[in-house]
Amino acid sequence: MCHLQKYVLKRFLSLFGTLFGVSVLVFLIVHMIPGDPARYIVGKNASEEAVKAMRAQLGLDQPLITQYFDYLGNLVRGDLGTSLFTGIPVWEEIVSRFPITFQLAVYGVVLGSAIGILLGVIAAVKQNTLLDRLVNTLSTISISAPDFWVILFVIWLFAYQFGWFPISGYDGFYSLVLPSLTIGLFSIGFIAKMTRSSMLDVIKQDYMRTAEAKGVATWARVFAHGLQNAVIPIITLIGLQFGGLLAGAVITETVFALPGIGYFAIEAVIKRDIPTVQGVVLFVALLYTVVNLVTDIVYSFFDPRVRYE
Amino acid sequence: MNSELTKYSADPDVQIPVIEQEIKRGHSQSHWSMLWKRFSKNGAAISGLLFLSVIIILAVFAPVIAPYPLDQINFEERLLKPSATHLFGTDDFGRDIFTRILYGGRVSLMMGLISVTICVVLGVTLGVVAGYYRKLDMYIMQLMDILMSFPSLLLAIVVIAVLGVGLTNAMIAVAISQIPQFVRVVRSAVLTLREKEYIEAVRALGIRDYQILLKHVIPNILSPMIVMTALIFGDCILAASALSFLGLGAQPPDPEWGAMVMESRVFLNQAWWMSLFPGLVILLVVLSFNMLGDGLRDALDPKQK
Repeated sequence: MCHLQKYVLKRFLSLFGTLFGVSVLVFLIVHMIPGDPARYIVGKNASEEAVKAMRAQLGLDQPLITQYFDYLGNLVRGDLGTSLFTGIPVWEEIVSRFPITFQLAVYGVVLGSAIGILLGVIAAVKQNTLLDRLVNTLSTISISAPDFWVILFVIWLFAYQFGWFPISGYDGFYSLVLPSLTIGLFSIGFIAKMTRSSMLDVIKQDYMRTAEAKGVATWARVFAHGLQNAVIPIITLIGLQFGGLLAGAVITETVFALPGIGYFAIEAVIKRDIPTVQGVVLFVALLYTVVNLVTDIVYSFFDPRVRYE
Repeated sequence: MNSELTKYSADPDVQIPVIEQEIKRGHSQSHWSMLWKRFSKNGAAISGLLFLSVIIILAVFAPVIAPYPLDQINFEERLLKPSATHLFGTDDFGRDIFTRILYGGRVSLMMGLISVTICVVLGVTLGVVAGYYRKLDMYIMQLMDILMSFPSLLLAIVVIAVLGVGLTNAMIAVAISQIPQFVRVVRSAVLTLREKEYIEAVRALGIRDYQILLKHVIPNILSPMIVMTALIFGDCILAASALSFLGLGAQPPDPEWGAMVMESRVFLNQAWWMSLFPGLVILLVVLSFNMLGDGLRDALDPKQK
């Protein structure tokens, strides 16, 4: 077996370990949530018997360990449980909401990466000039700005002042423009900073000087020779951000009232919908961990020198 | 930290070096004064420090400085634009926004301070134990891996789901969501340190573990700890204000900056100043902490620059 295969196998095994831990943690956390879901469902004025019957129906009268193994067994069969309130299987809810979150993540990351990498490369090539300082300052500001505030500003400008886009709600691609823009804005700073520092390391290498001496055009030198070698830390960052966004841009989805995964999670927490919280959180953790793993493996395509131990 | 993205583990700032101060006695004075010399040349870091000092003084002396009483409601002065009488304008209850921001500093800065303290205490303990005791390392890092399988804001929200909505719980939730990155930095610093000859030497002398940790390990990882604390402070304030914005942290009418931005949402089109100023203050405070952290890192390790 080659290094890469061994590495992937090892990472997959440790992935299962982590996910098992996550499932235990999520199960325990959710059972520590105060309040009796059975009581919540049957209503405040229901009799003790009705509550008891509901508890039995939900399996809440079983010992904790039995409940956990029931839960795990269902998970293995692909059953994430059923929402206590809508009666719809959590998995179906996730499937119907995921496309919105996915689109947001893709548009946002593409936008943020394109602009961020470009700015970072420019800053590195023009190191210690006014332009470099400007990019650096803007990146630091973008990192420090509270995202909910930036979202409100974007809404104020594009929805209220210009009237170009809807303020909130989901109605096709058009309503995803502003949310994607804000998500892109959040990641520009980090990607620009990382690109700059990674490019600076590369620019000083001997082969860059050789290329210059050979008369390779500046842009070809920077992009073909430079960026290609500086790309690994940038990919890590983009992968992490993408994973985080797939988990649902909670604030963006909430402010724009987009029915994605993040909004779904917040709603479930507020309503104390235990199966939904369990299902969503586990799904998010799975997605996040898998995206990180894939990011690690993608390196090898960009840099064959990467050896996996 | 922008709570929406998982910026922590990918933050270029997290690669914080261990600076060794092997000869401590007698040299520490000049060591710290040299640090200050390097630090004070960094304009951005100094302006961050100055701005933070001003904000802290304003928050502490809010009752003296504030032009109006905290909760003075005046419906005749609803939604007034910024002017000489109301520097930052008034909100929908006719309350002076400048006054509320001054008082809000007490809540927001305190939320940051307490969550950072919890984070540092737990993070250093777990990180030192994981780095020093190889047998416990696996368990602690496995737990951190599990915590890191959640994006940090979601982790904080889940913690709040268990503990309930409110200021104290929000601080605990923020601390827990930031701990993994702190543990990782401390652990890796301790890992490099424990292989050093002088640590081996004191161990050979038969000195007890807790004494080695307190006297030889922790003093030598102070540099990365200080830098990390400054950087995490900004992140904690951002995360705490995000929770308040979502209605999970500070509750209106408490004048917390994030909660003030939430209240302003409805009036965004009529009264931009209601959202602008509290958000701007959060931005400036977090920016100051980040510049301070960057400055400290450069001063503590000039090679990195």
